[in-house]
Amino acid sequence: MSKVKEVLLNPIFNDNPIALQILGICSALAVTSSLYITLIMCIALTSVVALSNMFVSLIRQHIPTNIRIIVQISIIATLVMLVDEVLKAYDYESSKTLSVFVGLIVTNCIVMGRAEAFAMKNGPLMSFLDGIGNGLGYSLMLIIIAIIREFLGAGSFYSIEIMPLVNDGGWYIANNFFLTPASSFFIIGFTIWALRTWKTDQIEEPEFKISENSLDAERRTA
Amino acid sequence: MKNNDTFSKTLLVAVTLCLVCSTLISFTAVGLRDIQDANKELDKQTKILSAAGLLNNNLNISDLFKSIEVKMVNLETGLFDESIDSSTFNEGSFSRNLDTSIKLDKTQDVATLKRRENYQSVYLHYEEGNLVSIILPVRGYGLWGTMKGYLALEPDLQTIIGLEFFEDKETPGLGAEINNPKWKSKWTGKKIYSSEGEVIVSVIKGVVLPDSSNKDYSVDGLSGATITSKGVTNLLKFWLGDLGYGPFITNMRNGEIKDV
Amino acid sequence: MLEAYLSIFIKAVFIENIAINFFLGMCTFLAISKKIQPAIGLGVAVIVVLGLSVPINNLIYNIFLKEDALFPGSDLRFVGLICYIGIIAALVQILEMFLDRYLPALYNALGVFLPLITVNCAILGGVLFMVERNYLFSESIVYGLGAGTGWALAIVALAGITERLKYADIPEGLQGLGITFITVGLMCFGFMSFGGISL
Repeated sequence: MSKVKEVLLNPIFNDNPIALQILGICSALAVTSSLYITLIMCIALTSVVALSNMFVSLIRQHIPTNIRIIVQISIIATLVMLVDEVLKAYDYESSKTLSVFVGLIVTNCIVMGRAEAFAMKNGPLMSFLDGIGNGLGYSLMLIIIAIIREFLGAGSFYSIEIMPLVNDGGWYIANNFFLTPASSFFIIGFTIWALRTWKTDQIEEPEFKISENSLDAERRTA
Repeated sequence: MKNNDTFSKTLLVAVTLCLVCSTLISFTAVGLRDIQDANKELDKQTKILSAAGLLNNNLNISDLFKSIEVKMVNLETGLFDESIDSSTFNEGSFSRNLDTSIKLDKTQDVATLKRRENYQSVYLHYEEGNLVSIILPVRGYGLWGTMKGYLALEPDLQTIIGLEFFEDKETPGLGAEINNPKWKSKWTGKKIYSSEGEVIVSVIKGVVLPDSSNKDYSVDGLSGATITSKGVTNLLKFWLGDLGYGPFITNMRNGEIKDV
Repeated sequence: MLEAYLSIFIKAVFIENIAINFFLGMCTFLAISKKIQPAIGLGVAVIVVLGLSVPINNLIYNIFLKEDALFPGSDLRFVGLICYIGIIAALVQILEMFLDRYLPALYNALGVFLPLITVNCAILGGVLFMVERNYLFSESIVYGLGAGTGWALAIVALAGITERLKYADIPEGLQGLGITFITVGLMCFGFMSFGGISL
């Protein structure tokens, strides 16, 4: 049971795909202007990672090593195309906003990375859970960004008005900075800072250390 | 562990995988095609109705759209042209094809279109047999890319009913405020042509003062989005001018073409 | 005519920069931007692969996939994604073998980056944008090269900044990835000033 918990929860804080593994960042930035769109993207990605992990794991005994990458890509691409088709049919507005980003799940490194690193070595159920876990880690980061951006940029939460905008006769002057996709870089940057202050083992070693000012050092020894 | 790397096994896996995947996708795609096409059509109809101020929450979009007739117009002559099927008309491929479009030179190309198609579809809205509004597709370059929309006019072809954009890449919060319902409502009742027949309707910088002599012809600018505002003015200037729907509008006014 | 191509190129490089404005290829973008030398190598590799794969996929799209392309009534657009990715993967493989055989010097410089590129979303993104915008074949060549140049420009610029930043006194938690994100954020604002350029 503890194994299940570990596989499921580890990617959320300890080994977050976005904050630590630098995987799947592309879509994290472009689709986070409103929470609804972000949730659609998260569901799409989580289901693709989980299912692709499961299918790859199911046939892992039969995949010849020299064509394994293309086999993985085919499985992933098939799933992504299914998601894309379903989205176009049942939520046309969102699919228009997400435009090419649904298709780009194919090259989202989280999906490929988990298929290669985890699903090729573990059983279907574990792989499925690993997919869900990584999907959740990704979703958590995206949802944080989306909440901040939507709240400060449009004064609302999940399209429910919280702070009425000046444009609509309210009092809140929307912070346009948070409407630009560039703001998500800053939000991710600062979230990483917060996360690493909490989990200090994730701090990267600096390549270059500024040596102590020689005068200060002399004064201290004196 | 069996050996998976033999030639026959590799081939078998590849072929099986291809078959399974392609069958799966084909079935889904074919199964969902109708719903997807219906969505696309519905989206377009919603925008057209919205420009004409006809959207009504209680009524079904496709029912509402029954009162609207689609006609193809030859922009050169300004006459209806039945030779082109409006259901397969594609603005993009027409404006690219050298045979179905004209090149615009620098002085003509106020809306930065590069080429203009020779045909466009117009939408005529009837109520109890009378023409109540004419909806024209318009487009032009804003700050980041082309803005596409629909302009709805009264039958006098001088008064604007509404302007609705369905595609733009403008900056969120600044230029993208062209989609703000409050700003869109400012277009209603604005006049287009001066007494000399020139297109003078424009988005101005700042707010339209109530005692301004041009108040019927100007709309408040979008603050912080000068280039987008200019883009909107330019696209109206182009599409309502001689190279746009100008000839069609003149014909319509002079009664040279009868509706229906 | 030349003007139209120049406009597509400039737009792809500056106004619609595939890395800075669409955030594509971010994973490799952030991972390989610590030093200028590898950044240049990767940048060149992306230009080459985008410059080839966008036009080739444009042909595939126009000959096979587009509506009514094979025979009236055919529409294979729904298998587009897998075709594009397959072609990109094959292309990268062929390019790798070709360079190894005929241009070993270039292979040594670019070799390590080529496999990375198959899963670089900038490539697939470029192809998908080409399809969405309906570029003609000649336009797609220019667009592919332009998009690649834009990406290369952005990664080299970022690597230049990061190289300098290593002498800065950055708070512990922000070191490495954190500060890189913030730098890219600032670069985005720089690139936003290219908006409104119309050719």
